[in-house]
Amino acid sequence: MSILVDEKTKLIVQGITGREGQFHAEQCMKYGTKLVGGVTPAKGGQTVLGKVPVFNTVQDAVKKTKANATMIFVPPAFASDAILEAADAGIELIICVTEGIPVSDMVEVFRYIKASKSRLIGPNCPGIISPGKCKIGIMPAHIHKKGNVGIISRSGTLTYEAVGQLTALGHGQSTCVGIGGDPIIGTKYIDVLELFQKDRGTKAICMIGEIGGSAEDEAAYYIKKHVTKPVIGFIAGQTAPPGRRMGHAGAIISGGKGTAEEKMKVMRRCNIKVVKSPADLGKTVAKFL
Amino acid sequence: MNIHEYQAKEVLAKHGVAVPKGVVIENAEKAAAVSRKLGTDIVVVKAQIHAGGRGKGGGVKLAKSPEEAKVHANKIIGMTLVTPQTGSEGRKVKKVLIEEGMAIAKELYLGILLDRQSSRVMIMASEAGGMAIEEVAEDTPEKIIKEIVDPIIGVKPYLARKIAFALNVKGNALKQMIPLIINLYQAFIKEDCDMLEINPLVITKDERVLVLDAKVNIDSNALYRQKEILNYRDLDEEDQMEVEASKFDLNYIKLDGNIGCMVNGAGLAMATMDIIKHSGGEPANFLDVGGGADEEKIENGFRILLSDPHVKGIFINIFGGILRCDILARGVEIAAKKLKIKIPIVVRMEGTNMEEGHQILSDSGIDVIVAEGMKDGAQKIVKAIR
Repeated sequence: MSILVDEKTKLIVQGITGREGQFHAEQCMKYGTKLVGGVTPAKGGQTVLGKVPVFNTVQDAVKKTKANATMIFVPPAFASDAILEAADAGIELIICVTEGIPVSDMVEVFRYIKASKSRLIGPNCPGIISPGKCKIGIMPAHIHKKGNVGIISRSGTLTYEAVGQLTALGHGQSTCVGIGGDPIIGTKYIDVLELFQKDRGTKAICMIGEIGGSAEDEAAYYIKKHVTKPVIGFIAGQTAPPGRRMGHAGAIISGGKGTAEEKMKVMRRCNIKVVKSPADLGKTVAKFL
Repeated sequence: MNIHEYQAKEVLAKHGVAVPKGVVIENAEKAAAVSRKLGTDIVVVKAQIHAGGRGKGGGVKLAKSPEEAKVHANKIIGMTLVTPQTGSEGRKVKKVLIEEGMAIAKELYLGILLDRQSSRVMIMASEAGGMAIEEVAEDTPEKIIKEIVDPIIGVKPYLARKIAFALNVKGNALKQMIPLIINLYQAFIKEDCDMLEINPLVITKDERVLVLDAKVNIDSNALYRQKEILNYRDLDEEDQMEVEASKFDLNYIKLDGNIGCMVNGAGLAMATMDIIKHSGGEPANFLDVGGGADEEKIENGFRILLSDPHVKGIFINIFGGILRCDILARGVEIAAKKLKIKIPIVVRMEGTNMEEGHQILSDSGIDVIVAEGMKDGAQKIVKAIR
């Protein structure tokens, strides 16, 4: 089993006629994801990638294709609008890959999404993959393998690192969810942990965090109370200096808060097996399988 | 993006927030005339650098006469100001702000920032103004008032009143405080602030409410729509290598070690720094070349890494996703040849087109140490520079 996406997911891509959007739409399609359409305003009526129809609005796309998921590749200045459009059209799962959306836009978007029926993943995230079933995102497909480890992460390439280590050891993944590196994201660790706990196909959970904010601490307290499956955790940025934003807008230690050390302490206290070296992620998860 | 205090006050004044009368000067000769024009018995001369704690370093002085203001300005302009936030190398002062002095009755704190837990904007206020808010939060958390703002309605008068009453503001000051809080929130939203901190917000003995010091940080993702703010950017206040890196869309932060790192992705870049440290080395930098890097970007990344004289070796850690290993390898080859790199380079590559990448490197004839996995890579570079 898996969470959020599987063989039945019907995907559209917002920004499908752009270079990045088209490239990744094609990659997802090749992996076996049911790509049913795309949206680019004023380019409705065209087809791309052979036979994929392009629509002017998300609403048109949903009406014609019954899509229930969207992947957003729209430039940052227009991405929040694209998320709102998808939610307004009733898309269940919105995955926003775009990096660099202004925070104040996301404050509004978050407020709207919470009151809607949609779930937003990201922004600034690599997407979701349920190996062997469905890929919605920019992750390299070939490193993944079908299996029973659930992965949640704020970072892209560091997730690939964990996946690569697991696959090399012969352990596959149920679903890998990149929740995104921004200060405001639609789906937090806790939301995904809840789904993994319920999913019968997930036997162990690998949680990859970063310095900054307190999302990992909140997740750790949740795990202690509600998660019975083994959770293995890592926090990137153990050597990061305070006050500097380390690439991701969310990764900043401010006022002495959000350090890796502090997070790892809380996680350990909440029965999470914390890995100090990122090179040990795969083999540590493997011990619990 | 950070801006100076005088710029922050200009921005706030535009939104109807009361700030002291003041003039910014670069030439100390103008100090006396400016002070005379302000017309108060006392004026304050304040160094304009981005770092906080300026008073502690001697960058803020009271002057009882225009002549004294000139003496202070003369001393402060051109000085290298060291504060708890600048590091030991300090910051050169180019400008001072000369402001009217006033008799202060009460100092408050007011900050507006993003609350990540609620994903909303939060207003933080305290009667313990003029102190570092982190210390207040640590020692006396009960003195801090927090209000979360619903983005649909923003800050309405009831919320501003709630804060003002909690701060024990009364009488004439109360009447000014309510619109001031509303206007500060407007400024925060309209100018795309990441953080807006007024410390102190003062009530004077003649019952005026004024922003005495202001720290404003602008969301760099929103600069495309904040053209006016962009004019406020002061490149002298930023690390020159970081400025150079940003021209090529590279994310670079200088650190104190001697192993240069080149990585794709922020999380993996941080994890790479961590594993270098675990292996007994010290990272010289954080460098995220991003997903869409091409040969040219890799070359520029090298150039920036090598401009740090402390770098004794380079560790390249790439997990190819969008960034293909063959492109990376070609970039490494070009850079190593063009820049005549003499120091050890360890390359760890995995993911998309890994085999092609390794082939390109072994055909290139350049001297690279190939690593299997990030732990092996970290150990190899630590050993290579010994």
